[in-house]
Amino acid sequence: MIHTLYKLLSGPMMWLAVILFCAGTLYRLWTIFRLVRRKEKFICSYLSLRYSLRSLVHWLTPFASLNMRLNPVMTVVSFAFHICLLFVPLFLLAHIVLWEQAWGIHWWALPDLVADIMSLVVPAACIYFAIRRIRKPEVRYVTGVGDYLLLGLIALPFVTGFYCRMQWPGYGPVMLVHMFSGQVLLATLPFTRLSHMVLMWFTRSYMGSEFGAVRHARDY
Amino acid sequence: MAEPAEKTPLESIPLAEPATALPVADAGIEAGVQALTPRTIADTVRRVLGAETGARLKAYLSTCTHCGLCAQACHFYLSNAHDPSYAPIGKIKHTLWELLKRKGQVSPEFIRQASLIAYTQCNMCRRCAIYCPLGIDVAYMISVVRRICRALGVTPLYLQDTVNSHSATHNQMWVKADEWVDTLQWQEEDARDEIPELRIPLEKEGADIMYSIIAPEPKFQAGLIYKAAVIMHVAGVDWTMPARPGWDNSDMAMYSGDYDIMGRIKRFHFDTAARLRVKKIVMGECGHAFRSVYDTGNRWLGWRMPPIETQHAIDFYYDLLTSGRIKVARKYEEPVTLHDPCNIVRGYGLHEKARYVVNALCEHFVEMTPNREYNYCCGAGGGVINCGPPYKQTRMRGNSVKARQLEATGVKVLIAPCHNCHSGLEDISQHYHLGLEVKFLADIMYEVMEK
Repeated sequence: MIHTLYKLLSGPMMWLAVILFCAGTLYRLWTIFRLVRRKEKFICSYLSLRYSLRSLVHWLTPFASLNMRLNPVMTVVSFAFHICLLFVPLFLLAHIVLWEQAWGIHWWALPDLVADIMSLVVPAACIYFAIRRIRKPEVRYVTGVGDYLLLGLIALPFVTGFYCRMQWPGYGPVMLVHMFSGQVLLATLPFTRLSHMVLMWFTRSYMGSEFGAVRHARDY
Repeated sequence: MAEPAEKTPLESIPLAEPATALPVADAGIEAGVQALTPRTIADTVRRVLGAETGARLKAYLSTCTHCGLCAQACHFYLSNAHDPSYAPIGKIKHTLWELLKRKGQVSPEFIRQASLIAYTQCNMCRRCAIYCPLGIDVAYMISVVRRICRALGVTPLYLQDTVNSHSATHNQMWVKADEWVDTLQWQEEDARDEIPELRIPLEKEGADIMYSIIAPEPKFQAGLIYKAAVIMHVAGVDWTMPARPGWDNSDMAMYSGDYDIMGRIKRFHFDTAARLRVKKIVMGECGHAFRSVYDTGNRWLGWRMPPIETQHAIDFYYDLLTSGRIKVARKYEEPVTLHDPCNIVRGYGLHEKARYVVNALCEHFVEMTPNREYNYCCGAGGGVINCGPPYKQTRMRGNSVKARQLEATGVKVLIAPCHNCHSGLEDISQHYHLGLEVKFLADIMYEVMEK
């Protein structure tokens, strides 16, 4: 039973998740660009590479913007969270081994201890975000059930992955949960608020361009 | 050079209690709400969102992660005891989120609240735009809500009255055509007592500069026209003012969401400069008018940038001082502080030039903190002060943080190079007993320049 499920999850389901992620991302981009072309063409005439980059660099460098300096804990946690979230799935040795087995390709892997720590940073950050949502009135006020579910959805593959890595009791079925939750996260990403992973580059660039090229002021 | 103000804000000004239930009676909003039916609301919401919004709104709404990091930017939030309903995203929650979620199926009462939030609890100052990590423009989203409210006829009475005046007279304050010319001649006559050869040239075709102002100047601040005329005369500027409508550069239609009228009056203003064949327009010390000319109105008309070079007074004074056309006889001695108006600082980056001008004119300049792009809004801009007396308490309670910031400078002369800021800050000074004298740059320049 477990073996069949493993086959299913490591084969067709993985493909499905990747296809949904890619297609979903392309669909989101296509709908946004179509709207720009149909209704807000002027956006393109204000976009400036220099000021888009100025804005992106200031918001992708820790403490380079005023708001990051005002919220140091949030800044550290956010950066750690995003870096770990992106790096662990791609540079974990156990994942690279799978790539090697399937397609014979491999690349640099994170040292085990570093990977272990980074895997734990993600759920820890999710707990911090959840506590922040509960404790800070201005965040609680705009938080819905979906925001907590998203945090859970992100934390789950990392918690289960770490569980399997440690080979704690019953890690076999947990591996299935790990794979499935990771696939759900990947497949739904373009359709949830996590789509900021894709859209942020454009909203940030537009704000940066407006502030830099038109308004001659800082947006960070 | 500027000296930093005291770091710690003084504690003598208490933060207001949450003021969600401030009672207001507004005949404009009441009449609008009475006329609403669920059907008209749903149809109008769908029409405005469908026809006028696109990629920006969609991207902003789906990108927002509800992190609440915009809250600290808003003076309404900071001043109302951190009541989250005043946070920028809190205001969107009560307006656009619901309108979209319910596809416009909302009650007239909902529209009343949305109108109060959009018109009177947000100055569209864009301070939150520089606080959002994802680059979301809440001021734009509020402008969409205003557009919906305007389309539904639910606009504050006083604000709507200024828009009606724009529409009927091409100026904001029902200034009649003969009153306009009469006021200019009156100011010219007074100024000639001081400088006998001074003129306020009217309708001079081919002049270098058309000087345009906002209607409150001829209505009740005519002395500013006098001072501008003296500055122009001493600097030897080839300038003119229109004798016919088209002289008012202000734009309350931009803030009420009446973009058809905004387009008409902006076009008329540019057309007047074209009719006079001037090289550029110089505008008085007004922030929102600059936003309308440089950012919003020109774009509505399809111009990426203003079709005729348009210069704000700060920029113009900077040129006059750096080129030596205005010389300072004796610097202003009393310590001054400077308020950075949103629409020309976050809107056009004039903060460094403003500092040059202040330092050139004044002996002792004290910075308020925060300053430049990070300055707190005056609480009057974005059309909020134009919503009139019913909302004065909303403005005052909504900006105790500004009062604390001003008090912390320990300075008694406040330069506010913007009309709305000027009036709003005078109200704040009075309400919080700060005893500030609020001045325009022109007031000080006129006082200290060689004549």
